[in-house]
Formats: sequence, structure tokens, C-alpha cells
Amino acid sequence: MPIEFEAPKPIVQTQFLLKTVADEMMRPKSRYFDEHEHEIPWDYMEFMHTAMKAMGAGSLTPKENGNGHEGAEKKEKRPPIGYQVLAAQIEMLSWGDVGMYLITPGGGLGAAAVQSAGTPEQRAKFLARFSEDKPTVGAMCMTEPGAGSDTSAIRARAVLDEKTNEWIINGEKIFVTSGDKAFTQYEKLGRGFIVVWASIDPSAGRAGMRAFVVESGTPGVTIAKLEHKLGIRVSDTAAISLVDARVPYDNILGSPTVEKTTTGFKGAMATFDATRPLVAASGLGVARAALEFLKEKLTENGIQIRYGLPRQKLTSIERDVIDMEIMLKSAWLMVVKAVWMADNKKSNALEASMSKVKAGDVGTKITQKVVEILGPLGYSREFLAEKWFRDAKITDIYEGTGQINRLVVARQILGYSGSELR
Amino acid sequence: MYSFEPTEEQQMLIEAVGKYASNDLRVAAHEAEESRELPKKLVNKGWELGLLQASIPESYGGFGERSAVTSVLALEEMAFGDLAGTLAVMTPSLFATPILLVGNEEQKQTYLPKIIEGNWNPYTAALIEYTFDFDPNALKTMASAIGDHFILNGEKAFVPFAKDAEAILVYADLDGKTQGFIIPKGTEGLSISDEREKLMSLNALPLYRVTLDSVKVPATNRLGGASGHDFEPVLAALRVATAATAVGVANAAFEYSKNYAKEREAFGVKIAQKQAIAFMLAEMRTEIEASRLLTWEAAWKLDQGKDDALVEAYLASTGAADMAMMVTDRAVQILGGHGYIREHPVEMWMRNGRGFAMFTGLAIV
Repeated sequence: MPIEFEAPKPIVQTQFLLKTVADEMMRPKSRYFDEHEHEIPWDYMEFMHTAMKAMGAGSLTPKENGNGHEGAEKKEKRPPIGYQVLAAQIEMLSWGDVGMYLITPGGGLGAAAVQSAGTPEQRAKFLARFSEDKPTVGAMCMTEPGAGSDTSAIRARAVLDEKTNEWIINGEKIFVTSGDKAFTQYEKLGRGFIVVWASIDPSAGRAGMRAFVVESGTPGVTIAKLEHKLGIRVSDTAAISLVDARVPYDNILGSPTVEKTTTGFKGAMATFDATRPLVAASGLGVARAALEFLKEKLTENGIQIRYGLPRQKLTSIERDVIDMEIMLKSAWLMVVKAVWMADNKKSNALEASMSKVKAGDVGTKITQKVVEILGPLGYSREFLAEKWFRDAKITDIYEGTGQINRLVVARQILGYSGSELR
Repeated sequence: MYSFEPTEEQQMLIEAVGKYASNDLRVAAHEAEESRELPKKLVNKGWELGLLQASIPESYGGFGERSAVTSVLALEEMAFGDLAGTLAVMTPSLFATPILLVGNEEQKQTYLPKIIEGNWNPYTAALIEYTFDFDPNALKTMASAIGDHFILNGEKAFVPFAKDAEAILVYADLDGKTQGFIIPKGTEGLSISDEREKLMSLNALPLYRVTLDSVKVPATNRLGGASGHDFEPVLAALRVATAATAVGVANAAFEYSKNYAKEREAFGVKIAQKQAIAFMLAEMRTEIEASRLLTWEAAWKLDQGKDDALVEAYLASTGAADMAMMVTDRAVQILGGHGYIREHPVEMWMRNGRGFAMFTGLAIV
């Protein structure tokens, strides 16, 4: 297919629908949940679960065979657009409220890990729950107090108990997005799971790293703490401790034996290739919310942006707005390209990380600039601009900080390994 | 649908242009810049790639159809070789493409076959003016209608090949709107500077100052005929082209400095192994990609006749100008002292880099 930029119909439709959700269900609650950290918007979660089932989307997980809509089988000749639809959905929901988007029922990063590192049987077993009756949440536990961006420093340990054929996991995990909802809230929500990264052979370094599906309520696993954050406060961020937690043998994602390769770790990294552009899409949703709000306020105050004028003739505000539009549009195209590559099974490690680098920059720059231009209106909690400023910062941090993604991009373009460019 | 894959035909074109850019333009660039002379053979060879010819329909002597997307792909690739050479090869487009876009039937029949048959022919256009706040939508060169003709007065700057041009498409303000006027060689009142323009870069490209002193132009020579034309599609095509060349030059600087950083050693390692350098390269590559995609989208919107094509083209060229400055500056920085020496091409690209903010009018898609 030649170069084309027409959004596919399913994307236009889903954007239209989710815009209503954002306007009706998210924006009116944004402020409340920002100021009541750790309260759970049950209404929103119930509504989204029902709505997304009705839409045939099931959960915010890309459909393997098609375009994220039922009936995709009938039109199999069309190129797959699952990730493209997903990116557009995430962008629009994040435009509504990025914290609430993060708690949209669904598999989240936990399911993404199962999707990319699990066997077909494991996918069938673990992913079905997200389209059942109750809203259900999945989460991923990778970060540890001593292992952030350097995931190879993970200390959590999984040992096979050969008598019972169970894995015994010990470790301390932090910064688990939706960890509480995935693990403890199964009375009101469905039974979710967390995916825990642990080593089955510490002497093997990265090659020994594996992910394990740990079902909600598993004994020995406790939520040690819920963090208080700068932004995305409606999304819980949990510290989880695992003490002799027992997990069935078949819950390991990837091979249970260690070869002298880094397959296990690559599994984790492959997850990131798929999810980085989606996180980028989310950050851009927040940025768009802020930029659109600014433009509304400017219009209300009779300020028009005179596109087409030479730089020297523009006012400072016009220049800023134009620069922000350039950033936002081009960053969005980088996301679209990265997910388009994922849909078409093209290796996108470079594009995925570049889209994340760019979105991290753009998300923070735009929201910072919008608060600045709006002055007291921007700084006041009466409007949401200051909240978006706080929310947007996370884009530059989670799923690999801007710096880690620069490192990934640099290694890709230079053809360097991790040891050649540390 | 979204797609980021050039067609097979486009891919073949990119390869052919790429070869010319690397084996011919790049090789000649340094000498051309220093001597202020582009070999005629070099320009003709580029002309023979047939980029303009392929954008003009058979009925006017060409063998294709205009596609801004295809032009953008080709221009980026050619500018990767050398900017001055690219602008020289493509100069006849400055005259032909606006006629193709908004000219009337008579103008197409009269000029298009003549321009594209045979060798590279100097036809050109004059848009830029010598003012600090130059604005293509508010020109200071004035046209006024008097009976069945127009009178043009003013001064145009940076006009490529004006000295030898068979005809110049001069843009002037007519009742507050920018309009093109076809002015043949030797028209009374049209004078071209003896001296070439001296700019910070593009030394190899012969650019001239053109003065119009009560130049009388028949009404039939108004671009589009008696009722004139929309300037928007022309301006958008100029802006998208500027963006594409900016991406090409930036990419040249990125690749060169990347390769240098992988060779150059300091403190026992290649400097590319230092994050200070590696991160600069990562950001350069990221920003190039951002500009490239926005330029592609603008070109695609132009081809599709989308309402926001003009704004998008403006955003693409504005963004690309900033990007090219940033990337070329960093390329020089990565080479350090060597970057400052004219033996390496990065300092020239940095001089190119600053120009994209004012090059609108020197290339068109």
C-alpha cells in the first residue's frame, strides 16, 4: 500500500465513541479523584467494562487477528490494525483523564506480557477473564527498590519446588500500576493477576529472568503500600511483597530452562516494543487536552493564531502554539508509524523507542508551556491544566525513562550492544 | 488506512536518486561550494533522472502524474547528497510546477513541453524579497492592472539562474493577493544584477537580484490567465519542498557525524560509546523522523486536496527548519574542531541548516 495518512474507519468510530466517554464519564470526575487519592471510581470501571464489551473491544488489548472489532474475520484480507486502533483509543481516553485510562478494566501490562511471552495455551487460559462479566484488571511487577531502569538488577527469585511442581517466589516489587486492583480488589472486580519478573538462575544474569503469572489473592503476596504521587492519582501504584508465594508450574512465561542466551530478558523487552508507542499515545492525549484547552481560552479572549506568517511577525504566544502543534502532530505520526509496524509484524524497536522519547518530551513541554501561558488560570486548581502538567510528567518516566529510551535508540542507530554502549 | 511504505516505483526512484546524490552530488559538493561553480554535466545528469518530467502528464510532453509524496521522497534523497546541486537540478520546476498546478490550458501548452523536452533549460521563479520580515503573502513587489496588461515594480532576491533564464515566474502583490506573472527574457524594465548574491551558503548555486522597473506584462501572462490563480496550492508546494530538503540535509549531517563518532576514539573508546554523544545522535535521529513524517503527511494532504494542507505544509516547513538547525549544529559539535574545518562537510550543512527558515521559494514539489 502506498504512503497514506487517512485514519481507518474503525479508528474514527472508536474516537467518536470514546470522546463521549471522555466528556461524560471522565472529565467531570477528574478533579474529584485527583483530590481523593486511592478512592476507586467504580462507576467508571463498571461502565467501561460494559461499554467495551458492547463495542466488541473486550479489553484494551490488541486483537490478534484483526482490527479490534468483531467481524474482523470476514474481512481478513484487510491489513491488521489492532495496535493502531488501540493507540487511538488510549490517546482519546488519556485526553479524557490519563489516570482513569490507566484503571480502565483490562489486562494492562500484565496481559501484554502474557500476549508477547506466553504460549497459545497460556494466552487462552489467562486472557479470557478480561472479557467476562466483571471488570478485571491485570498488572506487571518489574521494578524493585534496587532495580529501576536497570531491570537486569532484579533480585526477586523463583525456585522450583519439585515435590509440588510449584514455583516459590520471593521478592519485593514497587511501582506496580494497578497492583491493588489486579491483586486485592477481587470482591468487587473479577479475579485479576499480576505478572512478576523474577530470576530462575541468578548466575545466568539476564538469561535467567522469567515472568510468572501470579493469581489475585495468592497467599504470601501482600500489598505493602500504596504510593502518593505527583499526578495520575486515581491510578493506584502499589508496592508488593512476595514471601514464599507459590505459583503453579505452568504459570511461567517462556522456557523454564536457562540457555546461554538472553531470551528471557528479550521477552520483557519485546513487551516494551509493543507497549512503548501506546504509552507515548497516552502522553500525547494529555498534551492534546492541554493544547486544546489553551486554544479555547485564547479564542475566548479574542486571540487568533495567524498560521502562515513568517516567524518574525508572530507574537510570542503564536510561536509557542505553532511550535506545540508541530511537536504534537509529528509525535503522533511517530506513534502511528510504530504501531503500524507492530500490526504489520515489522521489527519496530527503534520506532517504538523513538516515539516514546518524542512523546515524553512533547507531553512535558506542552503541558508546562500551557500552564505558563495561562498564568494564574493555569496554576489554579480551578482548571485542569495544572493537573495535566502533573499527569503528563509520568509519560517521560514509566515504560522506560526518556533517557533509557534514548539509550535504546542510540544502540539501534549505532548498531551497539548493551556492553558497547552502557 | 495508514501506511508508511513507498510504492515499488517510488522505491526504485529513491534508489536511482540516492545513487546520483551519493556518487555525483556529494562528490562534487565541496569543490562546487568553494569555487562557486556547479559543473553543467552534473546538473544535466540530475535532470536526466526525470523527476519533473515524470510529474507532467503525457499531453504536455511528460510521462507521468504529479505526486507531492513522490517529489518529497525524491527531494529528501537528493538533498542528502547536496542542497545547492539539488536546487539547481530542480530550478525549472519552480517555473513549471506552478503552471501545472494553477496555470491555464494555454500556459500549460506553451511552456510545459518546451521546458521538459531535451536538456535542462533555465526557467526559474522569483518569490523572495530582500526584507527582514519577508512574507510570501504580503509582497512588496507590486502589480497593477492597466488596461489589458499589468505593470510590475519591485525587487526580488535569491533568484536562481536568473541571468540565463528563458523566462521568470515573478510573484507580486495584486490588490493584496500574491499572483504569478510570466516574464520572458529581455522584457523591458527587467534587470538582473551583474553580481551573484553572496549568501552564507549555496555558493554553488547562481542566485541573482532581479529588479522590475515598470515592467509591462500582457494579461495573458498572468498565471492562470485573466482571472488569476489561488496562491495557496503553490505556497503549500513550496513549503513542503523546503521541508523535504531540510530533512535530507539534516539526515546527511546525522549520518556523517554518526559514522565519525563510531571511528573517533577518545579515552580508549569510540566517542559514540559515550552517552553524551550517543544521546545527541538519538535525539537527532528522533527529530529527523518527526519532521520527515510531518512532511510526508503534508505532501499527502496536498495530493488529496485536504483543506488543512496549507497549514500542515506551514507546520512541516517551520518544524523542519528548526530541526535542521538543531541537527546540523550538533553534527558540527560531534566532530568538534574537525567539524569547524571546511574539509569536512558538516560546517556547510550547518550553514545550509540556518537557511531553511528563508528558503521557501527555492524548491517546489
